[in-house]
Amino acid sequence: MGPRLKLFLPLLLFALLAITLFRGLGLDPGAMPSALLDRPLPAFSLPGLGRTDLLSEADVVGQAALLNVWATWCVSCRVEHPYLKQLAEQGVPIFGINYKDDDGAAQRWLDELGNPYRFNIADREGTLGLDLGVYGAPETYLLDTNGVVRYRHAGVVDEKVWQTILEPLYRELHKGSNAP
Amino acid sequence: MIPELGHFALIIALCLALLLALVPAWGTWRGNSVAMALAPSLAIGLLVFVGISFSCLSAAFLQDDFSVKLVASHSNSLLPPIYKFSAVWGNHEGSLMLWVLILSLWTAAVALFSSQLPLLVLSRVLSVMGAIGVGFLSFTLFTSNPFARLLPGAPADGSDLNPLLQDPGLIIHPPLLYMGYVGFSVAFSFAIAALLGGRLDASWARWSRPWTNIAWAFLTLGIMLGSWWAYYELGWGGWWFWDPVENASFMPWLAGTALIHSLAATEKRGLFKSWTVLLAIFAFSLSLLGTFLVRSGVLTSVHAFATDPSRGMFILVFLAVVVGGSLTLYAFRAPAVSSRVSFAWVSRESLLLCNNVVFLVATLTVLFGTLFPLIVDALGLGKVSVGPPYFNAVFVPLMALLVPFMSLGPVSRWKRDAVSRWGRELAIPAAVAVLCGVTLPLLHAPYNVWVALAVLLSSWLVLGLARDFWQRLRSGSDPVQGLSRLTPGYCGMLIAHLGFAACVTGIVATSQYAVEHDLKMSPGESRVLAGYEFRFVELAQVRGPNFVADEARFEVTRDGVFVAALHPQKRRYLASGSVMTEAAIDAGLFRDLFVAMGEPVGSSGAWAIRLHYKPLVRWMWLGAILMAVGAFTAVLDKRYRRQREVVHSSHEAALRGA
Repeated sequence: MGPRLKLFLPLLLFALLAITLFRGLGLDPGAMPSALLDRPLPAFSLPGLGRTDLLSEADVVGQAALLNVWATWCVSCRVEHPYLKQLAEQGVPIFGINYKDDDGAAQRWLDELGNPYRFNIADREGTLGLDLGVYGAPETYLLDTNGVVRYRHAGVVDEKVWQTILEPLYRELHKGSNAP
Repeated sequence: MIPELGHFALIIALCLALLLALVPAWGTWRGNSVAMALAPSLAIGLLVFVGISFSCLSAAFLQDDFSVKLVASHSNSLLPPIYKFSAVWGNHEGSLMLWVLILSLWTAAVALFSSQLPLLVLSRVLSVMGAIGVGFLSFTLFTSNPFARLLPGAPADGSDLNPLLQDPGLIIHPPLLYMGYVGFSVAFSFAIAALLGGRLDASWARWSRPWTNIAWAFLTLGIMLGSWWAYYELGWGGWWFWDPVENASFMPWLAGTALIHSLAATEKRGLFKSWTVLLAIFAFSLSLLGTFLVRSGVLTSVHAFATDPSRGMFILVFLAVVVGGSLTLYAFRAPAVSSRVSFAWVSRESLLLCNNVVFLVATLTVLFGTLFPLIVDALGLGKVSVGPPYFNAVFVPLMALLVPFMSLGPVSRWKRDAVSRWGRELAIPAAVAVLCGVTLPLLHAPYNVWVALAVLLSSWLVLGLARDFWQRLRSGSDPVQGLSRLTPGYCGMLIAHLGFAACVTGIVATSQYAVEHDLKMSPGESRVLAGYEFRFVELAQVRGPNFVADEARFEVTRDGVFVAALHPQKRRYLASGSVMTEAAIDAGLFRDLFVAMGEPVGSSGAWAIRLHYKPLVRWMWLGAILMAVGAFTAVLDKRYRRQREVVHSSHEAALRGA
């Protein structure tokens, strides 16, 4: 490489970076890839948080519900938590997957901040997360009455996300389940 | 009326910035000294009009003018006046105004304090800064106008400032941080001016150094305040999260640290010229990249401002022009041949090089970790999040690698040194450091290897500095004379490096020794944590200016002796209805005691309470303050002023000659 040519290296690297950033602008960091969309929840058998029995996919299936992946090490989960509690108070069933976490810490979190979850699946090794294709906490899945994943949201569920994306879908699924 | 006045002043400021970017640049091209001489006045005019505009926006906030959209959505009539003022920059539009204000402050400062610079250089520097100003002013005016009105239908009251931001730390955190971020634009402009002029020499490095130091010191303080704020305000005792936005401020800091050290070699020895220029471009580019990441919505973060793709596009184009343009200029104009100055492997130069390599790797590590989720997403491979484990795994060893060399640096000689001399100089410090590393952690049971290692490294650093300091004192005929010979540059280095040692010790000790308990406690109960007894005396209801709160009153005793009364609160803000945890902290040089309230448990008056014991946590912030003080001290060095006098006298001589 000639001495002058070498000096073009930073420019080249920056060009690559700029292209990445440009592509990044067109992407929604919360939108989901469609791998699991409209596929049933993968089978699992994992202990419940603070329970002795094992839970399986059958425990979750039956009503339109949210499946929320969270962990105590996840800062954004803390941001999301109060809103999940509001949703739970409105009667939206929320199941938790406590992802790659310490049971004690998770239990303390729930004691301290409140518990919006019907129950929590303790996914200590992240095996269920792997099957689901979890990329990071928090992540929220919308399940229909048959346990089929209808939507996946990566990132914090807040009022905007709920009202614009999740709620319309949830209402529809919920209605469907009430119909004979 | 006032908001319109502000809007108008901002438009005039944009026109002035355009003139500043174009007229002096044209002057340097055509050799027109009248056009060049306009630069300082234009710079000051820019400051005046941005200042007017900023004052108008502040006035709108202070007078509760809710017909201004920004005020209506970020302030409230119940807000204490000081928070009404800080609410000005607690949002996207206002923080851009602050950015522009600080940029024009730096520009005017360069115009005022650079009488020693040749006019040609000064006008180049100022027109580069003017061009940056054009970018940010048009960003503000075209995509994020802070003066937009809500007419008709102005609300009766505003929707309040985010309670997290209602805090003294947050009043000065953004201004300090921006002083640092934007301050790197000065080093950047000097670098671009030097590339344009084709003169990369020792005087260029000498001109850049004080500005770079000041910017770096402000950035250090800004990051420190942010970390401190997170510690006491977020309510769970953490102080660094490797969040994208934290990283956005940390990357320019790392690059800036490398730049400061590389500038030293360039000034003293004329070495690493192209490299130093590249670092100057790099540091400011990272500041811009941070702005892009925070405001474009490409990464999710707890800190992110309300985002908008059109804003993202604007900053990306701006980033491409500024960084792409300057790197192109760099590729064509930077000296391609390595300088003829040589140095041995065992010398101060190679130690500075070592610093540069470590800090560059650290910067790239953080950059990569921050952008990795985006890269994976852009390649269509899915979504990942990179957490603290990655950053800690790479960052901690890097810093541990750095410290051993930090002690050698100040002792070493330029050009060539001998390992045997290092041995003679530093044998005693090394032995004492090992002794400290082994014994000091015994003071705090249980013995912890990581703390021992941190103490070993930081005492090696401190003792090495002490040894060097002692040598210099003895070099005079008596200690007083030796002391008076020390330059502010040397003292600044000493203070900053001591700060680094304190920082390392504090971070490691608090990460390893901290004890935290989450408990259910009722009034009257008490718990013992790390030898301190925390007694929950009573629960009270208190009322603040714009919130109501439950307050838990704690009394802390140790061996029966009263230590502190701690009153953590759980606040409900009236306007927004949001609930905030306000931790109570008893701060100490050797330990912090921290109590935060969780949720009420049951109906018997019991609460979930979080108790923390955090040893030496203050050391990292004190360390950061020392680093900043060191950088400020170094700026006082006479040689930056002497240069001015010499130029002045030669200038006067030239006048007399004429």
